[in-house]
Amino acid sequence: MVGASVLDSMLALVQEAVTHERAYVPFLPSWMILLPFIGFVVNGAVAYLAPDRRKLVSVVGPGVLGLSFLVAAVNLVLLLGVHDAEPVIRSYWTWMEVGQLRVEAALQLDQLSVIMALVVTCVSFIIHIYSIGYMGYARYFSFLNLFVFFMLVLVLAANFALMFVGWEGVGLCSYLLIGFWFTQAAKADAGQKAFIVNRIGDFGFLMAMFALFTYLGTLDFQAVFAIAPRAFEYGGAAITLITLFLFLGCTGKSAQIPLYVWLPDAMHGPTPVSALIHAATMVTAGVYLVARTGVLFALAPLSMTVVAVVGAVTALFAATIAVQQFDIKRVIAYSTISQLGYMFLAVGVGAYTAGIFHLATHAFFKALLFLASGAVIHAMHHALEHVGEEAGEDVTQDMRNMGGLKSYLPTTFRTAWIGALALAGVFPLAGFFSKDEIIWSAGARGQTLLWVLAVLTALLTAGYITRWLVMVFHGASRVGEGARRYLRAAPSAMLVALILLALGSVASGWVNVPEALPLLPEFTWLHHFLHPSFAAAEHVLVEHMGEPAHVAPFGGGEGTWAVLSTTAAILVVIFTFMALRGKKYAPAREAAEPTGLWRLLYRKWYVDELYDVVIVRPFKALCMFSWRVFDQGLIDGALVNGVAYTTRFGGWVVSRFQTGYVGTYVLIIVLGILIILGAVAL
Amino acid sequence: MDLSQIVFYLFAGLAVASSVLMVTRRNPVYAALYLVVTLFAVAGIFVLLDAHFLAALQVVVYAGAILVLFLFVIMLLNLGHAFEPDIRGRFWWAFAAGLGLVLLAELVTVMRGAPERPEADILAPLLEAKGAVAAVAEPLFQSYVVALEVTGILLLVAMVGAVVIAKRRA
Amino acid sequence: MLVESLVLSAALFAIGVAGVLLRRNAIVMFMCIELMLNAVNLFFVAVSRYAGIEGQVFVIFVMTVAAAEAAVGLGIIISIFRHYDSVDIRNFRLLRW
Repeated sequence: MVGASVLDSMLALVQEAVTHERAYVPFLPSWMILLPFIGFVVNGAVAYLAPDRRKLVSVVGPGVLGLSFLVAAVNLVLLLGVHDAEPVIRSYWTWMEVGQLRVEAALQLDQLSVIMALVVTCVSFIIHIYSIGYMGYARYFSFLNLFVFFMLVLVLAANFALMFVGWEGVGLCSYLLIGFWFTQAAKADAGQKAFIVNRIGDFGFLMAMFALFTYLGTLDFQAVFAIAPRAFEYGGAAITLITLFLFLGCTGKSAQIPLYVWLPDAMHGPTPVSALIHAATMVTAGVYLVARTGVLFALAPLSMTVVAVVGAVTALFAATIAVQQFDIKRVIAYSTISQLGYMFLAVGVGAYTAGIFHLATHAFFKALLFLASGAVIHAMHHALEHVGEEAGEDVTQDMRNMGGLKSYLPTTFRTAWIGALALAGVFPLAGFFSKDEIIWSAGARGQTLLWVLAVLTALLTAGYITRWLVMVFHGASRVGEGARRYLRAAPSAMLVALILLALGSVASGWVNVPEALPLLPEFTWLHHFLHPSFAAAEHVLVEHMGEPAHVAPFGGGEGTWAVLSTTAAILVVIFTFMALRGKKYAPAREAAEPTGLWRLLYRKWYVDELYDVVIVRPFKALCMFSWRVFDQGLIDGALVNGVAYTTRFGGWVVSRFQTGYVGTYVLIIVLGILIILGAVAL
Repeated sequence: MDLSQIVFYLFAGLAVASSVLMVTRRNPVYAALYLVVTLFAVAGIFVLLDAHFLAALQVVVYAGAILVLFLFVIMLLNLGHAFEPDIRGRFWWAFAAGLGLVLLAELVTVMRGAPERPEADILAPLLEAKGAVAAVAEPLFQSYVVALEVTGILLLVAMVGAVVIAKRRA
Repeated sequence: MLVESLVLSAALFAIGVAGVLLRRNAIVMFMCIELMLNAVNLFFVAVSRYAGIEGQVFVIFVMTVAAAEAAVGLGIIISIFRHYDSVDIRNFRLLRW
């Protein structure tokens, strides 16, 4: 086949280029991190001193990212010919050395971290380009660069402590960027919500770190993963607790149940921020963490089950909510939560490569969907403003006000379809390969229930994303007559980014074609490439749980189910398309709330309200109590004021002795003498 | 119980009685006079204790000069008659008496802790040898001459001070 | 006779203290203070019989200083009397501030 030979020759070329390399020498690894940091500093300076120099930051911002991406790509190529290599650790300085603890500022370069770095820099670069057209403020670019810096620290760190620096840093940047327009209360609140909920997860991470150090005396990845299988009892309480705490951190950062509530609210931030942070990079940090610490999780089967179950349940849960959201970005947000659930399902059953694979492909098509939304919002905003109509967010972002936009925004429309189909898992786009592998892995390892959940979610995914497409691009246009004329396509910077991401959504799936698929050449490149990173974890799994099976529940091989799933997805797409094409919607501001079961989904299963009642209110009450009783009453009143009062009182008492009467003084002298003599006499 | 002891108790009783009376008289002149009696009694006890020179000094200086000065001042300020009662009330009687008793008790207790009464009366031979006045004067003018001179200056200062303070403003 | 003298000295001293507390007349208070001084003199003399002549020398000094003190003190009282027309210590509140 033509496709096969092209792939073969590409692979041969690459292998030829690197066959003479015996060992992997990293290429400027620290520059991958430093470049975005330089960008942050420069853009930050511009933001502070000369906020109007958009041209400069438009070059510096994406520029440093482009260079960083090149460095990552070179590293990948260098790593290609080298199999089963030990990870290369480059230590730059000793950060802390306290007692037994020794933490270096060290980067670890192995297959997993380089792949992650590549995904991060590639998608970030494209989104930076998009931002030139969407919003090019200096402060924005500087924060965005800072975010990439922290994210790279996170994925390239060689020990838990440095990773935590990156972990916290991306949380901080998320807060800064979500609340970018901080003068609006709702947006500032969303930023706070993200940060606070994240913090709860961070607590889990910290607890796990402390425990690991207590048990193993080190925080370096290589050391920990080498010692852990011997130091911890398989399935023991210690390792289970550690991994569960780690997973708590993941639920916070990667928006799984129960800490996902910040992500939908984070849509208040600018759209490119949503694309970068909340689709492609930051939220995937949790998946990376579980994949990286695979050995630890492999030693705790209970934790792995928890991870897989939470992942699958979250996937289905979020998909159900996405079915009945009307905000163009919220649908994609819940979709992200759902897809992250898939990734956790994958790493939870031990299919690490599948999880990372889906992480990479998802980065492309989810970012694409977000940026497409951004283009739509951009167009709606300009059009409505032009005719002097209301152009607030609740109007420009509500899909009930859109429709029929395909004729006005052609490029956006086509790239959005590509992204949507990739998400739905339709062959030959990227999502098909990665999602299928996850579903297959779940089934192959005997997790029938999870497999069922994953399949249901896939069907729902196809459904809600088609609904999204139809409401925005198809059917009769619900945009006002006057405004319609002013709908312009997006600026070229944005379109370029959309096209690049669409290409990625197509191409990225082909890095890992499993052998079982009919008619296609086997090309399990990613699996082989990442194998050294997961070897230790898989070894533990095989040792205790045996080899994974290769038969799906209800029989049939991988190939059969792959064909079945893509067919089912296509059918759902077609069916939904037909059903919703002619549906009428009232304009957003006047529309009534959905009723019955739909209302439950529209209201996100009332989870936010539940948290409010169960957690937020009691906590607030506790705080008020602490404030009134402890702070004001006890500390201010009894201690601070009390001391002052007592001193004043004491002074008053003593002052009563200063009568000015000689007689009083004589009496006191006499009494004093009596006391002293008494002391001597006794 | 020999004669000196009887005489001692006589003088002691006289001293205590007259001092109590002094404290309790309303008329300050009477109080002063009772104090004179007390001083005489104490002078008598001095004699019994082989301090003949001091007994003389007591009478001449204390009773004869200082108390006379007191009486002069009382007369000067015309406090001898038409005086208002200047003793404090009932409560104070009891209180002061109580404090006095406490003080007495404490002093006696402290004194009990003193070392045993030495055997010898070392003063007697000294007095025999030198006579009453020389026995006191010799150490005064030989060992303690500095203190003597300083006391002289003190007296000078007191004199000047008294004149200055009591002077009527012109 | 030593012990009896010492006890007598203590008794006179205590009476002097009671007197100082009891009387409001400044001059009488002063006289009670003189009584206290006298009690101390008696103490010194009683002890000097066995401890050495220095006791009596010290008594001379005490008497001298008492004389000086009496002179100055009475001068002060006269001065105060000129101002307040009374020697009742209840009227003297100058030490207050």
